[in-house]
Amino acid sequence: MADVKKIATRAAYGEFLVEEGAKRPELVVMSADLSGSNKTDGFEKAYPERFVEAGISEQDMYAEAAGLALSGKVVCASSFAMFVAGRAYEIIRNSIGYTGANVKICATHGGITVGEDGASHQTFEDLALMREIPGMTVINPADAVSTKALLGEVVDTYGPAYVRLGRSNVPVIYDENETFEVGKAKTLREGSDVTIIATGIMVADALAAAESLAADGIEARVIDMHTIKPLDKEAVIKAASETGAIVTAEEHSVLGGLGGAVAEVVVQSCPVKMAMVGQKDCFGESGKPAALLEKYGMTAADIVAVVKSVK
Amino acid sequence: MKERNYQELKETARKVRMNALRAIHQANSGHPGGSFSVTDILVALYFDEMNIDPKNPKMEDRDKLVLSKGHAVPALYAVLGERGYFDVEEMMTLRQVGSHFQGHPNMNKCPGIEMSTGSLGQGFSVAVGMAIANKMDKKDGFVYAVTGDGELQEGIIWEAALSAANHKLDNFIAIVDWNGLQIDGNVDDVKKVTPIDEKFASFGFNTIMADGHDFESLFSAIDEAKANKGTGKPTVIVAKTHKGQGVSFMTDQAGWHGKAPNDEQFEAAMKELGGEK
Repeated sequence: MADVKKIATRAAYGEFLVEEGAKRPELVVMSADLSGSNKTDGFEKAYPERFVEAGISEQDMYAEAAGLALSGKVVCASSFAMFVAGRAYEIIRNSIGYTGANVKICATHGGITVGEDGASHQTFEDLALMREIPGMTVINPADAVSTKALLGEVVDTYGPAYVRLGRSNVPVIYDENETFEVGKAKTLREGSDVTIIATGIMVADALAAAESLAADGIEARVIDMHTIKPLDKEAVIKAASETGAIVTAEEHSVLGGLGGAVAEVVVQSCPVKMAMVGQKDCFGESGKPAALLEKYGMTAADIVAVVKSVK
Repeated sequence: MKERNYQELKETARKVRMNALRAIHQANSGHPGGSFSVTDILVALYFDEMNIDPKNPKMEDRDKLVLSKGHAVPALYAVLGERGYFDVEEMMTLRQVGSHFQGHPNMNKCPGIEMSTGSLGQGFSVAVGMAIANKMDKKDGFVYAVTGDGELQEGIIWEAALSAANHKLDNFIAIVDWNGLQIDGNVDDVKKVTPIDEKFASFGFNTIMADGHDFESLFSAIDEAKANKGTGKPTVIVAKTHKGQGVSFMTDQAGWHGKAPNDEQFEAAMKELGGEK
């Protein structure tokens, strides 16, 4: 994949906001002193009257976002995933989730690929926390194309949503005309021996893993589970019944995120052997993103090894 | 000066306290102390100051009130019922399974409730967001946030206070129901919040002191707060109140924060609230 174009999903988010801002006068964007990092600065320049700077106050930002949304705005409010899902959790739960406010919680810098900033800034808990909130849509796009397409769906649909975006450049997987539906998984590769269900930046690794497995005679189905909630149960059950084994892959804790969500379906509807690739119930550390992914076991090679363990 | 019928307002407040207490008594659960301290503030707003339409609760350009101290919602339900948002008898299902009248306000279940609150501090910040939206849309409505004084111990209040000043929200009026008591005792013993007005002043607010049980004082304060529109500064009204106001054995007693009266206490309280009528 040497020549593959690489774009960070946060950059795609920034482009989306500027484009959507032109079409949607009720779109308001918020940031908590991170507009450059969150890529909300493009919107800020284009539509300063619809940009609300919250300062270093994530809790206040999400409560204000609820107030703006309940006044008829569509609000995209951003900070680092750690300070969104972690610090502002209860505000999101009570003021956005419980009210059903039309706030799109667009959290950048999710997972370990935050890199050098280290453990205080690397969240592996956000998908789990957010999917616990009734009515919350939870999305973790794999690349720039799906980020923009899914964000389009998300702002078109009334209600709270959490969109996890990344800091680092990641390969563009999809053709730019590809269409996406929230809650409908994408099968990227057919296979009958095992299914790799991946989300976010691990989708590209899942595809690379499937290539490598094919060379060893294992045909792996690869699914991009961009929507963690509502989960595409049908795709999971089909994968379980047709391929007999499932490996999940996420840049998130193996506790409660994609792996947990898939396991809940599998165990209740079609029990098959499962294994999970992700952060193993430990904190991260500073380092280059690629080195961290390798150290903490979230690479294509790790997926290959785990697939072989269940086959 | 606007003509006001103070006798009628007092009568309304008396009914509100009685209905709030009836609801709490039937539920055998709820918060009489803070409901009674905030009653007169809510009556002054909903029966005089606020631009609202009970027949059209979602009216454009209306004034909005967020009861950030959500536990005092029996008083708000009773005010909304008295004002005609719904039949006040409906609130006698308070805190029962299936009721629209939740223990803390739910905006999706009860007309006239602008925001679901209960987790302290958040309502204040949500109200700031509403005031920002009104400014963006050039809407005339004021946004009121009613908080307790113990609630000021929540950090989000001060984050939002910075925002309100920073965004020059002269359409935002915070009212502190300063009853001086919280569950564990005197607010200033538990975690000192006074001087409340000076704190808000240093955050960039216009500040007004009021007697939260005197309609003349409340109207003077609210009128002044509204007149601050154009100053580019938010306003806080620090309204001195008494927890449990209206029932002598509940007055200024922290123990009546979140406790329902037994039958005997209920009868005595209703008798006292019934007064000479």
